[in-house]
Order: sequence, then C-alpha cells, then structure tokens
Amino acid sequence: MSPADSAPSGVIHNIGYRGYDGERLTRRGITFGLYAHSLRGIFGLGRAARSKVVPFGMVVVMLLPAVVLAVVAVVGAGLGQLDGPVVPYTRYAMILQAALAIFVAVAAPQAVSLDLRFHSLPLYLARPLERVDYVRAKLAAMTTAVFLLLAAPLLVLYLGSLAARFDAGRETLDLAQALLGALLFAAVLSGLSLVIASLTARRGFGIAAIVTVLVLSYSIVSSLQGVVAFEADDATTAGWIGLFSPMTLVDGVQVWAFGVTSSTPAGPAGDLAGPTFLVVALAFVALAYWALTRRYRKVKV
Amino acid sequence: MSLVPVISTERLTKRYPGVTALEALTIDIGDGVTGLVGANGAGKSTLIKILLGLTEPTSGGASVLGHDIHTEGLALRSRVGYMPEHDCLPGDVSATELVVHLARMSGLPTSAARERAADTLRHVGLYEERYRPIGGYSTGMKQRVKLAQALVHDPDVVFLDEPTNGLDPAGRDEMLALVRRIHTDFDISVLVTSHLLGELERICDNVVIIDGGTLLRSSSVADFTRSSAQIALEVVAEPADALAALTAVGLRVTRDGPLLLIELEGETTYDLVRDAVADHGLGLVRLQPRRHHIAEVFEEEATRVTR
Repeated sequence: MSPADSAPSGVIHNIGYRGYDGERLTRRGITFGLYAHSLRGIFGLGRAARSKVVPFGMVVVMLLPAVVLAVVAVVGAGLGQLDGPVVPYTRYAMILQAALAIFVAVAAPQAVSLDLRFHSLPLYLARPLERVDYVRAKLAAMTTAVFLLLAAPLLVLYLGSLAARFDAGRETLDLAQALLGALLFAAVLSGLSLVIASLTARRGFGIAAIVTVLVLSYSIVSSLQGVVAFEADDATTAGWIGLFSPMTLVDGVQVWAFGVTSSTPAGPAGDLAGPTFLVVALAFVALAYWALTRRYRKVKV
Repeated sequence: MSLVPVISTERLTKRYPGVTALEALTIDIGDGVTGLVGANGAGKSTLIKILLGLTEPTSGGASVLGHDIHTEGLALRSRVGYMPEHDCLPGDVSATELVVHLARMSGLPTSAARERAADTLRHVGLYEERYRPIGGYSTGMKQRVKLAQALVHDPDVVFLDEPTNGLDPAGRDEMLALVRRIHTDFDISVLVTSHLLGELERICDNVVIIDGGTLLRSSSVADFTRSSAQIALEVVAEPADALAALTAVGLRVTRDGPLLLIELEGETTYDLVRDAVADHGLGLVRLQPRRHHIAEVFEEEATRVTR
C-alpha cells in the first residue's frame, strides 16, 4: 500500500496555495456579471431578508389587480358581457403608478447608493472594467427590473384575455404595444431615479427624493392639465403640459404612437406634439445616461 | 529579480490644487515584498491609485508588470490585486458572497470564482464566520476580507495600502505574517505601505521611502541594516571591565547600559570576542548580532534632507 492510500480519509488537509490559470472573462463578460448581480440585488436576492420585502411586496401589488382583471375578463366573457379587456394594457402602468414609484424609489438606491455609502467603488474600479461599464451595467439592470415589474402583470392580463377568447390577434398587438411602452417607462424611470440616487450615499435620502420627484411632478402636471383642459377648455395646451412629468410624458408617447386613450385629462394633440413627446422621452434617457457617466467620472475613490 | 520590473515609474507627478502629492517620482520596484514607507500624506496612497488608474497623474508615466498605466489599464488591472486603506466593505452581505462576486468582477467564471473565494478566505484565516454578514465583523476580520478580495483572482502583484491599520498588536503580527506568506507561499509580489518602518522591515525584502512626494531612498532591507551591523554582548562581569578587555584586543566597543556593542568588522570579530571573554573569565550571558533598525537610518536621512 502506498503512503497516499494509507492516509486516513475524512481528514481535511491544508493543500496549500493554488494558482489560477483558467479562463478569464473580458470586460464585456465582467460588465454582464455586474449587470446580473445588480439585477438580483434590486430584488433583494443575495441580500438580507429585509431587502426582499419591498421589491417583492410591490411585485405582488402589481400582479394582484392583473389577476383580478384576468378573472373578471374570463367571467365577463362567459356571461357574454365583455368582448375586450376592462383595462387597456397601456394604461396599467399609469393606474398602478404608486406601486411603481415605490419600487423604483427603493430599487435605485439599492443599485447605486450602497456602493457609495460603503465606499465599495474602489473595489470595482481596481478591476478590469471601466467607470462607464459600471454605469451601463447599473442602468441596464435597473431598466430590466422595472420592465419585468411592468411586463409580468401585462402577461397575466394577456393570458386572461386569451382564456376569455377575446380576439387573439388584436390582444397580441395590444400587448406588444404595451410592452414597448413598458420598456420606455422603464428606461425613463430608471434614468431619473439612478441619477438622483447616485448623488447621495444615504439610502433614505434617495428614496425620499425619488418618491417626491415622481409623485410631485405627476400631481402638479395632472392637476394643471385638469384645470387647463376643463376650466379653460384648452385641450391642446393641456396636452403639452404632459411633457413635464415622466409618467405623463411616456403615456403621451403611447397615446400618439399606438392611438390609445390617454390616462390623463389630455393627451398630446396635433401632428407635432406626438413626435415631440417621443423625442423628449428619448432625449431624457440619453441625458440621464450622460449625467451618470459624468457623475461617475468625477466620483472620488 | 526579473528583467521587467514589477513597477516602474518615470517622473511621475501628481498635483492637487494647492498640494503636490508626487513630484517627479522615478523608481523601479522588483519582485518580492516591497515596503512603501512615508509619513501620512507622503504620497503613498496616491502612488498606488495612479498605478491602478483610479487617479490620473498630472504628468509622467508608469507601468506595472510591463503594462502602461495610460494605455493598458484593463490588462494591468486583471493582473493586480488592491486592498484599499479605508473601509470599503458592504455590511449586509457575507464575506463569501462578496468575495465570490468580486472574483467574478475580476473575470473569473462563476464556478472558479466560488472555488477560489473559499480557498482564499481559508488562506487569510476566515472560517465559519465567512457566512455571516460583514457588518458584524471585527476590524481584524474586515482586514482579512479586504485582503482576500485582493488575492482571489490570483494576481501577479498586490498593492496593500496600510493593511495593519486599526489592528491590535497581535492582529498586526498575524497580518504581517500573512503579508509575508503572500510572497513566500503564494509567489505573488507585494507592494505594502505603512507609516511604521519597524513593522515593514520585518517582512520586506526592499524598502522605498518617500517623503513629500519625492523619493528619499530605495534599497534592500539588508542594505539598510548591513552597514550598521554590530554585535551585542552581555557578560556576568562588570561591563566596564569587559569594555577594557575587549578594547585591549583591538575591538571598537561602546557601552549601552548593561550591553556592550561591538562593531562587526568581519568573521574574525566573533573569534576575538570569544577569546577575550574566555581569557578574562567574563562569563558570557548573551552574544547576538545587533542590526540597526531602518528607522534610525531613516531619521538620519530625513534630518539630512531637511537640513
């Protein structure tokens, strides 16, 4: 018997230091790794249990009405009362925007403020990725998270519509339009919230600031629209006011691009207004990306 | 020493508004453990940050492992590990999760990252506690996690910025032993900073002393101490008698309390001491080489520069 065979089994030996000669990912692979890690982190996965409460709470809040509406659709269709969904897909985000705002307000600081608070950025920047990769990974992760949050209830509504035997072709087209809208909602809200969150290392400040900006801008814009549209009877001006809050901005794009009804007192009116809403929305996302890269180029490590 | 120096800087200068952190610093650093010594604000951390590309130099150039800091930052950083000076660990994740994640951020595939994170945490001395959130760790444990994340991707060189900061004497000794092992056992070159010369001379092969952003001296630890080697002798007899006896055989001897310090002039010095002690019946208690600490050399250099 050789000495190796006679060694007792079940004993942990200190095998000494071993080097690593295996595969190493490139910058792109590493950036994707940071994206995946950030996406998990936004939902609290890999973090303490209390970090999961708000994200999954908001997922449930977003899904519940969709489940109820799907059931209503099936039952209503069975009774011969309904031939289409009660709530259009494109309006779902606007109706549940409170839950959406809370999710975004908690997720963005989770994605970026923690690294600032714990001064973890040097650990990333001393590794083979650039500052701009960090920004891209965080922005992409946040956009994906918000999109998933919006897309899941839309799919539930869609399945409900199919079960109710509504016109499948029409429903599929409406769903596709609403998913495109959801993507734009996600990009605009992510850009805005990440810029705000990246300015503070304090998570509480970030949450408060994001909620305030989203709620305040929507309240002011929608009440102004109401006043101008109904008191002054000027729907065109009321439509233009929608440019000034993220939610009404994206809703305006949907109204123009998909011809759906507006969720606000007035949608963009005229041939010029619609494209302007789209350009402003895209420009807003680009501006947020630029602001973030600038912020992280200067951040001290 | 290999042909390509591990670190090479060429007139590296960094100015902040009102402050010059580095002034035309030109040094070559080879493999082994190199201590970077200087007072707080001497430019140690600035040098490391410039080498990693975390900060842009005002002028001048540098390379690490042959990779230029201006043009090959990604390649450079994939082969370097960095342990920052300040607290940088998130409190709400476990050491295992953090080190696995950072291994992936260094380019390791997931399975390799898990394996190496477990290995590395064990090597730095973190066992069951590695599954608990870092927020509850002691300073010593946090320093070990910071060291583990610098080593997890098996770099060729690690930059350790004040690894003994905030540690108690026992923790300091353990950390220094660990730093030494990084080179001797892991075969990774080390650049380690400290404002305490005493602790670096115990573990370093070479020491670079910078002050006010300029190079004060760069040489091997042996060079620092060899020139000033002495033998310390302690005997039962009166030190004064022994001093007379040793001086009589031609040795240069000074008295330091109960100790006699004999200038080492070669191998024969030992024989002369032995014979003198035996002939005069001085009663040998202790005979050992006494090296000057670098600090004494450093003080001399520093006073010479300020004058």
